[in-house]
Amino acid sequence: MKPRLKPGLSFTLLAAALIVVPWILRWADMEYCLTQLTMSLYYAIVVLGLCLVMGYAGQVSLGHGAFFAIGGYTSAVLTTCDVSKWQTAAWLGWIKQSPFCMAREDLFGNPILTLSPWVAFFAAMALAFVVANLIGYPALRLRGHYLAMATLGFGMIVNKVILGTAFTGAADGINGVPEWNLGLGLTVSGKRALRIENYFIASGLLLLLLVLLHNLVRSRVGRALQAIHDRETAANAMGINTALYKLKAFVLSALMAAMAGVFLTHYTAGIGPSEAGALKSVRYVALAAAGGMSSLWGVTGMSTLLNYMSLRGLFGSYDNAVFGLLLIGIVSLAPEGPLKPLARLLRRFVGACRPPNAVGPDAARPDNGPARRASDQTQCLFP
Amino acid sequence: MLLQVKNLRCGYGSLEVVHGISLHVCAGEIVGLLGANGAGKTSLLKSVVGLLQPWQGEIHVDGRPTRGQAAWRSISHSMVLVPEGKMIFADLTVRENLLIGGYRNPDRAMQIEIVFDRFPLLRERASQLGGTLSGGEQQMLALGRALMARPKILLLDEPSLGLAPLMVKEVFTEIVRMRDQGLTVLLVEQNVTATLQVADRAYVMETGDIILEGNAADLMHNPEVKRAYLGKGAKEIWE
Repeated sequence: MKPRLKPGLSFTLLAAALIVVPWILRWADMEYCLTQLTMSLYYAIVVLGLCLVMGYAGQVSLGHGAFFAIGGYTSAVLTTCDVSKWQTAAWLGWIKQSPFCMAREDLFGNPILTLSPWVAFFAAMALAFVVANLIGYPALRLRGHYLAMATLGFGMIVNKVILGTAFTGAADGINGVPEWNLGLGLTVSGKRALRIENYFIASGLLLLLLVLLHNLVRSRVGRALQAIHDRETAANAMGINTALYKLKAFVLSALMAAMAGVFLTHYTAGIGPSEAGALKSVRYVALAAAGGMSSLWGVTGMSTLLNYMSLRGLFGSYDNAVFGLLLIGIVSLAPEGPLKPLARLLRRFVGACRPPNAVGPDAARPDNGPARRASDQTQCLFP
Repeated sequence: MLLQVKNLRCGYGSLEVVHGISLHVCAGEIVGLLGANGAGKTSLLKSVVGLLQPWQGEIHVDGRPTRGQAAWRSISHSMVLVPEGKMIFADLTVRENLLIGGYRNPDRAMQIEIVFDRFPLLRERASQLGGTLSGGEQQMLALGRALMARPKILLLDEPSLGLAPLMVKEVFTEIVRMRDQGLTVLLVEQNVTATLQVADRAYVMETGDIILEGNAADLMHNPEVKRAYLGKGAKEIWE
């Protein structure tokens, strides 16, 4: 085996880096940047889920924006809709006392009674689960780009439904989504006082999902997914139920998108129809491609960085154009993503500096080996 | 009888490629299935394992009917297909390739050692990527990967494809060795001489039908085999 950082150490280093960031920003008097950073961490969760579908199961989903919106909107609708309107309902008295509900004031100071964010969260996840299965089941039985086409259409339908429905606020979206008390003294909220706390909630969630996915792709299931990506027929002939695995990967990543949607909606206290737009979904695909698709680290890093730059407004009004160009550039110039060729270049440079007889243990591995293992090198160099 | 196929018909779209074929493979045999390009050999094999849905006919593996089952289930019927063109997982290491082969075998950790003992070369290359092996090594890996599932019957689709003659010999020697240790093999091939040298019995296919069958030694001298490859007018042209 070649030398590389143990995964545990890589995660510790990443966690340390995430912890240090707020103090650096405070020192530089740029603490306001934390807000956009928190948001891009949540978006990174969507792209991380997409990485499982694209990089491992070998399918393309152009509907992850819609799953994000399903999560966000379900949560927003349920936590802003006043249940006390149905005064006649006999169970209202009971439900008022129960932990499923939350009495609060709306934006104009009127008392309202809504479902609690936890109930809304589970409802959102359940809805995303059902919808992902309904889309994925037929589409993944077919070979080729059917999932991409099905999800593209699905995303557009969701977008139009949101725009045309009164209770989703049509083009205005939904405002006044309450903060989400997670328990343990943690609250998902956009309040200035809770900025650092929320940054840590987002980075903690991202880190947790990263660890889970990291373990998943290195398990028997992960090997099966890579085999499907490589040669579906052969994987099938090896006894792998390819259709089922592709569906599971797709549903899991849809759930991650919906989860990010719920958290971000509570964080920004609202959601708009643009989240479900086709361009948003294309952007997620572009970000996954930019990170190298099958490299969990690369995808997390690139997606956080680029989304952060976009949210800071660095691309101005060319925002969507930048992501479109990025996708075109990657597809035509560096199909493995820009990080892997960079890592290879760096490796060659390091190799050139070394005396020729002192070759490392990985000398047996030919240098022109296919790309995925090069990503291990990426992981080694940039944990 | 380990594998029995009765009156199997299959095809693509509305085009029938295999017109009602029957064949059988007994335990401990190497059975060759010969035929020129486009004779329907691969399609037949695909529908036997379920990669292609048969239109009609019966398939029994080890006495159990398997027709209509998904391909991934056929592994649990102790039958493994080594697909045409080896189909190595290029981005996985040799060890991972083997582990995928033992996907439905709970003892895969033990089985991998058996396979490594059988193909010492694979042990040497265990952490190398499948795609970086040479053609012959890839064929060995494909065989080793198939053995990971501990099959009773192995279906080999053109194992000599794209190999140097010396390597073909080595692969075929390996097939005989596996047969001698109790494995049953259905060998689909274009390479007539090499196949008939190692096979016990053989079938010859031409445009979707079996036109000849018999002992390998008899078929070796049968001019009809040559004719099946060269076409109907072969006699007039070549004699």
